[in-house]
Amino acid sequence: MPAIIAKGILETFYVVLVSSFMGYAMGLPLGILLVVTDKEGIAPKVSLNRGIGVVVNILRSIPFVILMVALMPFTRFVVGTTLGPNALIVPLVIGSAPYIARLVESSLKEVDHGVIEAARSMGATPAQIVFKVLLPEARPSLIMGAAIAVITILGYSAMGGFVGAGGLGTIAINYGYYRYQVNIMLVTVVILIIIVQGFQEIGNRLSKRADKRL
Amino acid sequence: MAEREPIIELIGLGKVFESKNNYVKALEDVNLTIYEGEIFGIIGLSGAGKSTLVRCINYLERPTSGKVIFNKIDLSELPERELLKIRRSMGMIFQQFNLLMQRNVLQNVCFPLEIAGVAQKEAQKRAYELLKMVGLSDKAKAYPAQLSGGQKQRVAIARALATNPKVLLCDEATSALDPTTTRSILELLREINRNLGITIIVITHEMSVIEEICSRVAIIDESRIAEVGDVEEVFMRPKSKIARKLIFSGVNHIEHFEGEDKCRIIFDGRTSFEPVIANMVLECRTPVNIMFADTKDIDGKAFGQMVIQLPEDESSKKRIFAYLETHKIPYEEVI
Ligand SMILES: Nc1ncnc2c1ncn2[C@@H]1O[C@H](COP(=O)(O)OP(=O)(O)O)[C@@H](O)[C@H]1O
Ligand SMILES: [Mg+2]
Repeated sequence: MPAIIAKGILETFYVVLVSSFMGYAMGLPLGILLVVTDKEGIAPKVSLNRGIGVVVNILRSIPFVILMVALMPFTRFVVGTTLGPNALIVPLVIGSAPYIARLVESSLKEVDHGVIEAARSMGATPAQIVFKVLLPEARPSLIMGAAIAVITILGYSAMGGFVGAGGLGTIAINYGYYRYQVNIMLVTVVILIIIVQGFQEIGNRLSKRADKRL
Repeated sequence: MAEREPIIELIGLGKVFESKNNYVKALEDVNLTIYEGEIFGIIGLSGAGKSTLVRCINYLERPTSGKVIFNKIDLSELPERELLKIRRSMGMIFQQFNLLMQRNVLQNVCFPLEIAGVAQKEAQKRAYELLKMVGLSDKAKAYPAQLSGGQKQRVAIARALATNPKVLLCDEATSALDPTTTRSILELLREINRNLGITIIVITHEMSVIEEICSRVAIIDESRIAEVGDVEEVFMRPKSKIARKLIFSGVNHIEHFEGEDKCRIIFDGRTSFEPVIANMVLECRTPVNIMFADTKDIDGKAFGQMVIQLPEDESSKKRIFAYLETHKIPYEEVI
């Protein structure tokens, strides 16, 4: 039994970390685009902004379980199967990217408008403002956002248990839900709680260390 | 100053903010010429259009009519790319300092140089020079959150000067500071103007700031320029209603003494303050009430203004006016 749980933990970490990384690869640029093209942004493009906003909202309103099932043909196309950890990564990335985009958007919008104005007064280009002002100034907030994103992805990944994706979610559902072995279910839940606490704590500390506002 | 060269010319400048259900005329037909090497003040009440005006000067805000000529270049004809370069020759500082909070002092001063593509080593060398000039060499590695307001503004000044601008735009640069710190920042600006020959444009709502460092002033009221002139001239003989109001800001309580005739005496440095009032009382044989005084003693000379309450009877009043006139002391009756 411990071997199964250990394998579950590893699979869960694998799925969550790879999905988070890829989710950010998509969500971070989208979030930046949302801020930059906003009508009050540094390069306003109202229709593009609205377009991205609508897509993001639609993806975010689909419940993850449904998204998972709906994406199965696409998942099979990408990874060749709908079972196992790799198959879970596909819907996790697509489901989390718009969520991450909104998290990034709200972090970047916290950056003081005056600082952006100062950078503009020095002749900074929009790209320079993004990479030298917005992202660095929002760093502590972006890190906090990342902790939230990773924890949310962890929660979604547990739902993968219903479609045999592996990881702690599958263990909890197979043993606890289908076979009524409540103990094992409890153990996996406790482990999930510990992992969540861990990610949150790491997020808090990194964010605090990164913040020079004291 | 016969061969003064204009550095900034605003010609018929206008700015309208327009949105779906909003139409704000922030600037209307603004005409101003600012000369190389001067310290030019722009004063007005909150909402008058001051910030919009400075932001039009470096084209952070595109005027909706009129022209900005900087260094003989019409900015309206420049493509965005060129405007970015032009902005490097116009430094800007702000009321809220607007430092990058996640960068230390040195990195803040290096920032505009980084933007301009200057190599890091060279940028740091320049940044250290500037920090020395503003008296913050020892704070290079501190973060803005560890500095006082005055120190933050010094960093902002160093940062604004990093790219060797010709002009420094100051939008309410001292409005968040206490009077002592304000004075030291203004002193620094004056030094910069004197030693580096940088033209400085000071935006403020405080007359005292104008008096302290400006040579000329424009008064802006409800989006228009109400009055322009040498500071002393405007201060001694304000023509517009708004100029009077600004000169008298802080003297509002005078209005409580309604019905009493008042007189504003201006000290322009030709006289020393004490003998004037004392002798006037002695010579005119009538006591006066000093209702407001805002004077400074510089090398035994008095600068500033004083409001006195005039005696009721006409003959005493006449004696006082005669006294002021014979001693060539500028004054005006305040009703
Ligand atoms: N971006 C903007 N959009 C709409 N109205 C604006 C904008 N910026 C300034 N205004 C308006 O223009 C007027 C002048 O503002 P401002 O230049 O900030 O005045 P000041 O700096 O003298 O206090 C105000 O009525 C203000 O509400
Ligand atoms: Mg303003």
